[in-house]
Amino acid sequence: MVKRVERGPASDADITAVRALLEQVCDPEIPILTIADIGILRDVVRVLDRIQVVITPTYSGCPAMHAIADDIQHVVQAAGYTDVAIITRLAPAWTTDWLSAAGRAKLHQGGIAPPLQATTDKRSLRGAVAAVGCPRCASLETVVISEFGSTACKALYRCTRCLEPFDYFKCL
Amino acid sequence: MNAEHFRYVLRLGDNALVLGQRLAEWCGHSPFLEEDIAMANTALDHIGRARMLLTHAGALEGRGRDEDALAYQRDERDFGNFLLCELPNGDYAFTLVRQYLLDAYHRLLFAQLVDSRDADLAAIAAKAVKEASYHVRRSGDWVGRLGDGTAESHHRAQTALDEVWGYGAELFAADAVDHAMVAAGIAPDPALLAVQWRDEVTALLRAATLTVPADDWQASGGRAGLHTEHMGRLLAEMQFVQRAYPGLKW
Repeated sequence: MVKRVERGPASDADITAVRALLEQVCDPEIPILTIADIGILRDVVRVLDRIQVVITPTYSGCPAMHAIADDIQHVVQAAGYTDVAIITRLAPAWTTDWLSAAGRAKLHQGGIAPPLQATTDKRSLRGAVAAVGCPRCASLETVVISEFGSTACKALYRCTRCLEPFDYFKCL
Repeated sequence: MNAEHFRYVLRLGDNALVLGQRLAEWCGHSPFLEEDIAMANTALDHIGRARMLLTHAGALEGRGRDEDALAYQRDERDFGNFLLCELPNGDYAFTLVRQYLLDAYHRLLFAQLVDSRDADLAAIAAKAVKEASYHVRRSGDWVGRLGDGTAESHHRAQTALDEVWGYGAELFAADAVDHAMVAAGIAPDPALLAVQWRDEVTALLRAATLTVPADDWQASGGRAGLHTEHMGRLLAEMQFVQRAYPGLKW
């Protein structure tokens, strides 16, 4: 049974506590990542003594945003924070650059190729798309099977060396 | 409330909604699994875009209509989408040729709307332009593959292009709403977009070995609420549940 605590105006300690709680909330579609890893969780702030949680959607049609907002409410309410507003902020638009280093490492361990970063591959100068590395055998000999994968944020690739298909967290 | 501003954003929302609804019809019917997923994902992006735009339109109108009220409780004559968005899907070539023309248009449009004086619209555009860039990569790739593919795929892509080309002019037609929005710094001049779009699209179509059709006919009217006979059926399917059970939630 969760003990409900009536709280007064939010303090700095409350902000810190709520942020720590929310950093543990996982993405419903890629549960190896937290919403902080992905960069969906933008801010926890105090506005007129109320706690405001700011989130930014990854994709316009991301069906997980409702589930994420529900999960956030559930976690904070269970900790006794009954008056938390969730604000969806569109600008600046989400980018894969917001994916944390920890998040990239977790993706790789989970068999999902993390989004490409700045490249030194000379082929990109000729307009070629930089090569996506296979998360299993690290080969750069990979081909796109589909620009869209099992969720809005992923594409489907196949490694031509180990022949395994894999998800690529696409660059946006 | 500024009637032109509301109408402008509403039309953008209607384009996204109606095209998203059409793309969603492919769900479970695409030629192979990966494409089925790609089509459904693209449909989702469009419906997500529609939700943001219709919510914003409802706020501009200030009469308490939310995204659902605008999507489900308006009649055909109140929708301001391009005719191109509502045309039946046809075969896969038709859907992708249409999609390419609209993706290329949307990428150019949203790239300009990022600088709109309407801050909410600019924020939506900043999100949409990234997705439109991704969409056009896929649809453009498919037009290239189908056009420069087998005799059958080339024939189908060319037939599709000949069928949709005359609907393209409506993308750049300007009426009083557009003029007011351009003057207010809210929207880009459609005439400038038209030049960029034509250059970009004709280059890709030629590379795909397709013949750019002559501009010998044009069809328009969607933006003024004068739709094809296909629109009523699309709305009947999309709106049925909310019409039969108003306010139903799940």
